[in-house]
Amino acid sequence: MSEAWRDYLGLGVALGALVLAFGALTDHFLSRATFAVIASQVPAAILVAVGLTFVLILAGIDLSVGSVLGLAGAVLGAALGPLGLSLPMGLAAALLAGLLCGAMNGALSVYVRLPSFIVTLGMMEIARGAAYIVSRSQTAYLGARVEWIAETTALGLSPATLVALAAAALGQLVLSRTLFGRYVVAIGTNEEAVRLSGIDPRPIKWIVFAASGLLAGLAAVVHTARLASADPNAGSGLELQAIAAVVIGGTSLMGGRGSVVRSLLGVVIIAVLGTGLAQMGAAEPVKRLITGCVIVAAVVIDRYRNQGQGREGQ
Amino acid sequence: MPAPALLQAERLAKTYATPALVDVSVDLRAGEVHALVGENGAGKSTLARILAGLTTPDAGRMLLAGDPYAPSGKAEAGRQGVAIVLQELNLVESLTVAEQVLFGAWPSRLGFVDRRALREQAQAALDRVGLAGIDPERPVRSLGVGQRQMLAVAAALARPCRALILDEPTAALSEHEAERLFAEIERLKAEGAAILYVSHRLEEIRRLADRVTVLRDGRVVATRQRGEATSAEIVQLMVGRDAGSQPRDARPAPSGEPVLRVHGLRRGRVLRDVSFGLWRGEILGLAGLMGSGRTETLRALFGADRVEGGEIELRGRRLPRLFRSPPQAVAHGIALVTENRKDEGLLLPLSIRANLTLARLKDLCRRGFVRPEAERVAARALASRLGVKCASLEQPVGQLSGGNQQKVVLGRWLGRDFDVLLCDEPTRGVDVAARAEIHEHLRELAGAGKAVLVASSEIEELRALCDRIVVLSGGSVAATFARDRFDRDAILLAALRHHAGGRGAA
Repeated sequence: MSEAWRDYLGLGVALGALVLAFGALTDHFLSRATFAVIASQVPAAILVAVGLTFVLILAGIDLSVGSVLGLAGAVLGAALGPLGLSLPMGLAAALLAGLLCGAMNGALSVYVRLPSFIVTLGMMEIARGAAYIVSRSQTAYLGARVEWIAETTALGLSPATLVALAAAALGQLVLSRTLFGRYVVAIGTNEEAVRLSGIDPRPIKWIVFAASGLLAGLAAVVHTARLASADPNAGSGLELQAIAAVVIGGTSLMGGRGSVVRSLLGVVIIAVLGTGLAQMGAAEPVKRLITGCVIVAAVVIDRYRNQGQGREGQ
Repeated sequence: MPAPALLQAERLAKTYATPALVDVSVDLRAGEVHALVGENGAGKSTLARILAGLTTPDAGRMLLAGDPYAPSGKAEAGRQGVAIVLQELNLVESLTVAEQVLFGAWPSRLGFVDRRALREQAQAALDRVGLAGIDPERPVRSLGVGQRQMLAVAAALARPCRALILDEPTAALSEHEAERLFAEIERLKAEGAAILYVSHRLEEIRRLADRVTVLRDGRVVATRQRGEATSAEIVQLMVGRDAGSQPRDARPAPSGEPVLRVHGLRRGRVLRDVSFGLWRGEILGLAGLMGSGRTETLRALFGADRVEGGEIELRGRRLPRLFRSPPQAVAHGIALVTENRKDEGLLLPLSIRANLTLARLKDLCRRGFVRPEAERVAARALASRLGVKCASLEQPVGQLSGGNQQKVVLGRWLGRDFDVLLCDEPTRGVDVAARAEIHEHLRELAGAGKAVLVASSEIEELRALCDRIVVLSGGSVAATFARDRFDRDAILLAALRHHAGGRGAA
């Protein structure tokens, strides 16, 4: 238990240091406006990162989340626009689109036994193509019908933020307290040992991939609401950012180890970094360069720390 | 008169988290086999690794033929003529056999590997260890465990060596393969090499060793010349107490309906026709050489591998077909302790608790949530029932010694209800004391009415443990022996039946 707290503390300190550094380096960073920007950016990334955390713990990968977000957003746009469906129907359609993509990823990687890297790479292209077809490559303006989802209420929290936080809390609860979560960690550690213990890993893995798709669909709703429009290009590059956030949070790409709460902190760190650098006047190329360095540094630190702990003595 | 020491270690010390070696002095003499024994964690592997340059000692010094010897690594030690065959094989699966044998010293011409010379030199090394039948161009991954072990020996011997260190070399070998290895050791000894032989198996030591050094808790407790100490004395020195494995009392021959009856198991060339019955309350041994189908039989019964033919009757009911997956087998009351605990048994980085409760975690849940207290209680009960020695149940299971790891693998099933327990090499790489404990647990299970099927490459283990022994040869049953007719030679002869060109019919 103490180990988990030390990990949280490490990320918290890193985040605090980042905030203070940007506060000292720029005039406006420590302001309500900055935090409002960050708060509006993170919910979609958090939702995607929750799903990815589970996928990575299984030693899998899901590269399709950004494109699935684009497709689900396009479905929402089409449902509310040309098809003239009600908002609940539109939301259901968007979530269903995400779920189906994820379920397909899961079915192919688990039951056809293809590497998830390949399957989701394919789905990345399929979903993006489908997003263009569904939207006829047009951005659909949806306006007030969805905008309220991303608007802040009295507490300073938007429904979108609440949904993202609820998803993260639920994800962490499932991961650390439930049978399902324990099986996920066990499968990511040694799938063959789990199978030979009489537990069928396949449905568990399948559900994790399907959930990742569903969460990407939910992220699409949040993202669409923030922009008040459905853009078929939405979410491009998000998969890499989300994987980076999860990895910064200390989840192992080799599987078997990870935490949803730490992934959430990873998302916030990346968002703070991006916003802070922008306020310092850093151009997009410089931002990407620095973000890349931070990701590599996080993994290096993680690697060394775990070597220190995991060494077997004779 | 004793030969002069070739390799001397003086007052070596090494501390990891706890002291692994304390003030250890040993010497290896030319033309002598020096056995090193001790329980897991006694420091045997640490000492072997220091001698071979894989680990640097914290204190002490070493002399090779009288000159100071402080190798910087395995390669450097190899150049000075000290070679090691490790317990954990470090083979590169994607290489060919020839490339692996000469790894690090490929013959080359103008920077290109000289494939012909590579092949010829490798073939010569393979011939020496009895792997002459193996094509040097085959990939390492296509070899079985025993063949890999011999390959590692061949690799160590590919270059001239003055001192050879063997760490548990026979753990994965069949009796037949072990014989080849012993012959090679005798030959090296006759050529004047100094050999350090690390093993748990006292029978082998009695046969091979000229001297025996016993380590306990990182210290040398005794060094004895051949014939100075009996096996029982050595065991006592190792564990500090009497831990002999008591043979099982004879039981009446099984009668009535078997709990599991197997008919005509077939799969390619590994399983041709395996049929036998397994009764409640008995421990049935499955003997045979490497490749005779022992592991394959267990895996087929557990649904881990598909088979081409065969039927089973479970508790008197004929099943329409064999189990198609382990979960199905488990649901029908069958459990398997796998051959390779690290790859197939344990979740090494996870806690002892999580490993012990894995197979029954479902029962420790309420509405999908694991009940932490119930889980802790269950894990604690299992750990104490099995005598798992650990600092805390939250410790990663990978930190335990081999014997304690094996107890955890077995413990995973004790929390569940099952009728048939399949054990594949239940005491491989396990020290004598833990082996006796594991045997005791298996007897207890049989005593409680479970049916236990144990596959082992060690006939001695089966003789000590089992009520009956079924001998497999070339994928079919060659003979069945009852307890009062256990005879080592007869069992070996049956195991060799297929190889001797017989029909394999019992």
